[in-house]
This record gives sequence, C-alpha cells and structure tokens, in this order.
Amino acid sequence: MFFSFELLLEALMFGVLLGCFYTAVSIGLSVSFGLLDVPHVAHPAIMVLGSYATYIVASQGLDPILSGVLLMPVFFVLGVLVYRFYYESFERRGTEAGVRGLAFFFGLAFIIEIGLILVFGVDQRTVEAAYIGESLELGEYRIPYRMLVAFGVALVLTFSLTLYLSKTFTGRAIKAVAQDEPALRLMGANPVRIKQWAFGIATGVSALAGALLIIVGPVEPAIDRLYIGRTFCIVVLAGLGSMTGTLAAGLILGIAESMVLMFFGASWAPAVAFGLLLLVLGVRPQGLFGR
Amino acid sequence: MRFWICAAVLAAASFGLALSPVNEYFFYAAYVVLTFVVLATAWNILGGYAGYVNFGTPAFFGIGAYAATLLFKSLGAPLAVQIAAGALMGGLLGFGVGMLTLRLRGIFFAIATVAVVFIMETLMINWRYVGGATGLQLLRPEVIAPFENYIRMLFVVMAWMGIAGVAIARYVQDSWIGRGLRALRDSEEAAEACGVPTLKLKLFACTVMGGLMGAAGAPMPMYLSFIEPASTFNLNYTIGALGGAIIGGMSHWLGPIIGALLLGSLQQIVTVTISGEVNVLIVGVLLVLFVVLAPEGILGLLKKIMPRSR
Repeated sequence: MFFSFELLLEALMFGVLLGCFYTAVSIGLSVSFGLLDVPHVAHPAIMVLGSYATYIVASQGLDPILSGVLLMPVFFVLGVLVYRFYYESFERRGTEAGVRGLAFFFGLAFIIEIGLILVFGVDQRTVEAAYIGESLELGEYRIPYRMLVAFGVALVLTFSLTLYLSKTFTGRAIKAVAQDEPALRLMGANPVRIKQWAFGIATGVSALAGALLIIVGPVEPAIDRLYIGRTFCIVVLAGLGSMTGTLAAGLILGIAESMVLMFFGASWAPAVAFGLLLLVLGVRPQGLFGR
Repeated sequence: MRFWICAAVLAAASFGLALSPVNEYFFYAAYVVLTFVVLATAWNILGGYAGYVNFGTPAFFGIGAYAATLLFKSLGAPLAVQIAAGALMGGLLGFGVGMLTLRLRGIFFAIATVAVVFIMETLMINWRYVGGATGLQLLRPEVIAPFENYIRMLFVVMAWMGIAGVAIARYVQDSWIGRGLRALRDSEEAAEACGVPTLKLKLFACTVMGGLMGAAGAPMPMYLSFIEPASTFNLNYTIGALGGAIIGGMSHWLGPIIGALLLGSLQQIVTVTISGEVNVLIVGVLLVLFVVLAPEGILGLLKKIMPRSR
C-alpha cells in the first residue's frame, strides 16, 4: 500500500464525482423502494436495460444524454405497467406479498439480464460522444470529461427530483403515500394511482441513469448484479426515501470506493458497497436520515 | 415408516444405477439436478417455513466448495472429510447470517444475503492460495472400489445427500420446530408473545440451511476438477434454489423436490438443445409465472385438482 497526500486528494476528487454518479443511479430506487416500499431488486436490471436502449438510440447518431432523456417517457410507461402488474398480482391480494413479491422482482431482473444477453451477447458495449475519452487537465490532475458530464447530470437530476417531491402537489402526494397511505385514502386521493405515477417517474429516471452508466464505462448485461449492492447500499444508508440523504450516501460510497480502489486495488472495490451495506443493515438499519 | 422405506429404496436404487452401464452423460446431468434438489430443500427450511427470503445461496454453496478445496489442497483430505468441512463452514456462515435476522426482515434480510455473496466472492478473488480470480485446477484422487469412475461416485454421494437433506427438512417440518417457524412466519410478534423462541428457531433454521448448502457445494470442485470464484458465487444458484422451492410449493417438503427435479431436468435438456443462457431465462420466466398465477406452486395446483389427497 502506497500512501501520499496527492493520491489522497485525487482519490477524494474522483470519489466525489463517482459518488454523484452513484446518486444518480440510486435515486430511482430511493423513490420506488425508499418511498413506495416496493421490493424493487430489479431496479439495476431496468437501469441496464436503459443503458442498452441508449446504446441503440445513440447509435443512430444522437448524443447519449439526449437519448437518455428521450427514453424517459418510454421507461415511465414501462414503470407504470410494472407497478400495475405488481399491484394486481401482489399488493392487492395482500397475503404474503413478502416472499413472492421479492421472488417476482428477482425473476424479472434475471429475465431482463438474460434477454439482453440473448439479443446483444455478453460483449461489453460503449457509446461514443465528444466528451468520452477526453480528460480535463488541471495541473497534474486529469479529470475525465465523462465523469464531469455524469456529475452534472446527476446533480440536475437529484435537485429536480428533490424539488418535484417537495414543491409540487403530486410530489407531496407521493411523500404522503409513503408516510400514511390510509390517511391519504381518507383525504379522497387514490394511493394506487399516485404510487403508479411515482413508480413511473422512478423508472423514467432509470433510463437517464442507464445512459449515464454507459457513458461512464462499458456496459455488459450482468453488470446489474454489482449495482444491486451499490444502489441498495445508498438507499438504505440514506434512510429510506430521503433525497438529500441519497446524495450524502452516494458521496460516502463514492469516496469510500475510490479510496479502496486507490490504496488496495480494483479487486477489492466491489466489496466496498456490499460491506458498507451489511454494516449499515447490521448497525443502523434506519440509515442516516431515516424517516 | 413409508418415508423411510422410500428413502432406503431410492438410496439403494441410486447406488445400483451408478454400477449399471447407463450412459456417462446421465450422471453428469443428474449430479447437477440433485445439487439443486439439495439447495431447494435447504432454501425452503428458511424461506418456506420461516418466510425469510435468502438470496445468498451461492455464499453457502461457495463456502462449502472452498472449504473442500482448501482441505484437499493442503491435506489431500478425502471426500467425506471435505463434505463434513463444507457443511460445518456453511452452518457457521448460516449462524452468522441468522444473527442478522435479529434486526432484519423481508427485503432487508434478502439484500443482506446478496451482500454476503459478493463479499465472499471478493475474499476468494483475493486469496491466492485457493486460486484467486483465475481459479485452481484440481486433480481428482483415485476412485473408491465399486465405482467405475469419480462422477458415478459423486452422483451417489449427491443422491444420498439429497435423501438426507429431505429427511432433515421433513423432520423440521413435522416437529415443533416447524410449527414454531410457521408461527413466526405469520407473525413474529405474536409468536414471540406466545412463548415461541423465535430467535433460537431462526438461528436453527439458518444454520441447518447453511450446513446443507455448504455440504452440497463441497463435492463441486471434485466434480468440475476446477474451482473459480465467478462461477462458484454466481447468483444463478440463487434463482435455482429459490425457483425450485417456489415453483414446487413452499408449504411441504415435497415441493422443493418436485420443483428442483422439474426445473433441473428442464434446464439440462435446454442447455443441451438450445443454450446455457436460455436455461436461466426459463427459470426466471417460470418463477414469475408461478408467483403470479399459482402462488402455491405445483403442490397447490395438485391440491386443487385432487382436493381429497393431502
């Protein structure tokens, strides 16, 4: 292990960028699992689906970010359908949704993953854009532009979602559903429609997150397995459903992973998210900003 | 009594089969199917009876496989010792995971078990002695007397392990342990209030499950003559074990056997005729179809068709 102040600073800087990217990929789950209590273990798989959709659209010559944005409505509809199906099959029946609901999403994740393998093969895919591959040179540090782009989009995404949830009527309704569903029903609102809407938004955001994923690095169908750890680690560490918490937790994971990457090597990095997740679950399951 | 006669007949039949001139490929395929019978049966002890979803099958399976590898490489331990060590390590890991049930339920527990898989995988990737990321080639020892080759022997070992596993699951289900586990599945608070020792029962279920899965993993390195982390700690084992139990039916020890035999055989056929990817897809599709359309699994369907039988 080699240690120096410059390396530490570099790891810290890279960690912040990485952390914002991780926030962006987790924010959808923060809504669907954090606020709606849906055991959405297929979230990373849907995001990878978004990466491949971006890959297809971007190969027509469009910018990957723009492709991601264009795909958001499509994924919104997909999310509405998935939630509707989940609701009709499990939530409405009520009985023992636990084991079977989890199995449903786990099965769904596998179907998406293998579907992608069958269509695209196991090879890694990348997209092309002017900012991929180039780096910003700051003195002796080099910051890849793709990380900066991901950083920017992640911040915009996180803040707009935070604003949406706290300022708009529907956004507040989503938060209300998370707090007290029966009360919302008594106020004359239909919780199922609000949840459906919220799940749609969460899935729509995953399309853009998927675009970021394929901008930041090559994507292969089974990459979702690693992101189960990262996304759930962030959402649980944040305290379910807290958007600012999600950003804080994303930064913590990003910095931690970047430090381990720098000082212990790449082979230990995947364990960071899962280790942190286990630690949080064991010590403080309500997270940092728990509701 | 009927159960034990069946078990003895099956044990003898598997032994006889291994000595008969059946095609070699059958044993290769049957070994894998039987592994999934053990895994699904073990999974059901915690998942079906107690309602705790374990996504960590490969962690237990893998720790068994690596315990066996370690003993084999360092001491040249015989297969029986390897399996005992695998069961022990799996049981210990199960006990550790059981401690998590103190605080975690539902999806939190499930996600924690996924974390255990990846942490185990990372540890093994970074442990050079057992092969690291590239894996380790293992030379099988001489096969023991009546068997023609090693795979036939492993087939019998796995068949017997399956029978033992089912006997354990059946005992758990029919004893006060099973009643306690079902009680805590329905309501942990109510069970605790009625004097059910919920923590002890959960720890017991986790340990037994882990032990069985570890034992099932132990002969794997000998079967493949090879071990490496990525395929050992593959989440495909998770979906195999969970799929077998859910598709077969979680309420009875027969369920996981039916489910795993069906799924496993189907997967073997598909692997040969179509491709290795499609076989996982089939499990995923069947799993989703069953949890949505037939939540009680095949056993539930059978009960609907024949309401008078048990």
